[in-house]
Amino acid sequence: MRIDLLTSLYVFMLACFIGFELVRKITPLLHTPLMSLTNALDAIAVVGAILLAGEHKSTFTTVLGTVAIVAATTNAVGGFLITDRMLKMFRVSGPKKP
Amino acid sequence: MIPGKESLIEIAYLCATALFILSLKWMSSPTTSRRGVRAGELGMLLAVVGTLVNHDIVDYKWVAAGLVLGSLIGVPLGMVQMTAVPQRTALSHAFGALCVTLVGTGEFYLRTPAVPRFMMAVLSMEVILGALTFTGSLMAAGKLQEILPQRPITYKGQNIVNLSLLVASISVAAYLVVHPEQTILFTVILAISLLFGVLMIIPIGGADMPTVISLLNSYAGLSAAAMGFVLDSKLLIIAGALDGASGFILSVNMSKAMNRSFSNVLFGAFGQKEAAVASGKETRPVRSATPEEAAAILAAANKVIVVPGYGMAVAQAQHKVRELFDALTKRGVDVRFGIHPVAGRMPGHMNVLLAEADIPYDKLFDMDEINGEFPQTDVALVIGANDVTNPAARNDTTSPIYGMPILDVDKARVIMVIKRSMSPGFAGIDNPLYYFDKTLMLFGDAKSFVGDIVRELGGGAHS
Repeated sequence: MRIDLLTSLYVFMLACFIGFELVRKITPLLHTPLMSLTNALDAIAVVGAILLAGEHKSTFTTVLGTVAIVAATTNAVGGFLITDRMLKMFRVSGPKKP
Repeated sequence: MIPGKESLIEIAYLCATALFILSLKWMSSPTTSRRGVRAGELGMLLAVVGTLVNHDIVDYKWVAAGLVLGSLIGVPLGMVQMTAVPQRTALSHAFGALCVTLVGTGEFYLRTPAVPRFMMAVLSMEVILGALTFTGSLMAAGKLQEILPQRPITYKGQNIVNLSLLVASISVAAYLVVHPEQTILFTVILAISLLFGVLMIIPIGGADMPTVISLLNSYAGLSAAAMGFVLDSKLLIIAGALDGASGFILSVNMSKAMNRSFSNVLFGAFGQKEAAVASGKETRPVRSATPEEAAAILAAANKVIVVPGYGMAVAQAQHKVRELFDALTKRGVDVRFGIHPVAGRMPGHMNVLLAEADIPYDKLFDMDEINGEFPQTDVALVIGANDVTNPAARNDTTSPIYGMPILDVDKARVIMVIKRSMSPGFAGIDNPLYYFDKTLMLFGDAKSFVGDIVRELGGGAHS
């Protein structure tokens, strides 16, 4: 347990550094799609919600889990969809491709 | 239990994590960014399928119902208009935070009363961040959608009230870490955090939204990371940390672009503008021009920089601006766009609106890229932007926006400002730019005024 916690902290720290390095390189041009993308990625919390609802340990937790699944799935579906719609619009000058 | 399946699930999570990191990496350029979305989707799919085959799941009925319902709500939310993206984003921060808060509450309920101290600490962090992000984001979305009043609502001692609420929820959480059997306190933490989220956003006005949205983005990510600690899921920790880091960087960018210190932003002290501004009201003369005159000047220019602001989005003028861009480009005028980091209601908002209007992104420049170009620019055309062009930010130490980086439009040879009237901008600060001899005020609705200029340019017909 204690070892796991420490490993988790290391993972968290490294992920923060990777996040900083990656996001710093992203052009301000794409900051809006970036935010909707990270929002969609954040919907990975659905994993926890699925376990909570699916383990069916009590009615209360199943209800909480189900609502949580709805919320997270909404984000994943809507987030990826709108990010892609935005990115599709970015084009360079010159003749339009069909 | 089949041991092979367990390892397969772990491998699926590992791949999902790698795909998420690649997804962010590919977002760095418009040429690879759509691949980034694909990677993110694939990672999400892997993780969800991996979780679904987990042997702990005994009941699929509710899981399936949740996934279907979520998809049904998600599709329309993914199809909103581009002008509505800021409120949609705020709403999705709220959904993400709701998910995290509910799972946190469920986990506490399952584990109580014997919750180990560290577990209780991260659980508290998860629900504090989750709950305040949930109500805070709902409030932000309401303000952006203009269901709630956009004006900041302030009262005396607001910061003290907010800060004490935050301190209270953390103190209760600390007590709960030591006495996890006091289950009722968990509800208290939840209630205080939900209230804090509302109060945190009340003093915030529209112009501060880019910072707030970024900050809420960061909080949502951190709460998901905290959930990862609770569930011991590295995938969640990493995804949450990436989201948290991204939101953090954007908030720092935004606060720099508004000349706010980051601690000022962290403690929610937004919208604190000195009220002593309105005193300098004077009726100095301004020069105004008609669409014909504006068209003639633009047609004679070699180099034009358009500076769009939120006013352009409000007037839905971006498609007319594209027509202007086309008409001028056809005449051989070099037209570029200078975009301030806080133009619009969220980071990068203007870029998306202009891209939607089919303006090529290699013509869109951020403030640092374009500021050196203004001295060689014939016309700077300001559409619906005000404070981000205010030279008082550079040289008037008494101005409330003094020190804020601005677009140097005042260095262009001619400045044209499309504006409804002489009323000051959002911050209520007068803009000396409007009284320059070389400034022409184009009074009118941005959409129809730009439309009129385009008609004049077309009518000239000597290209």
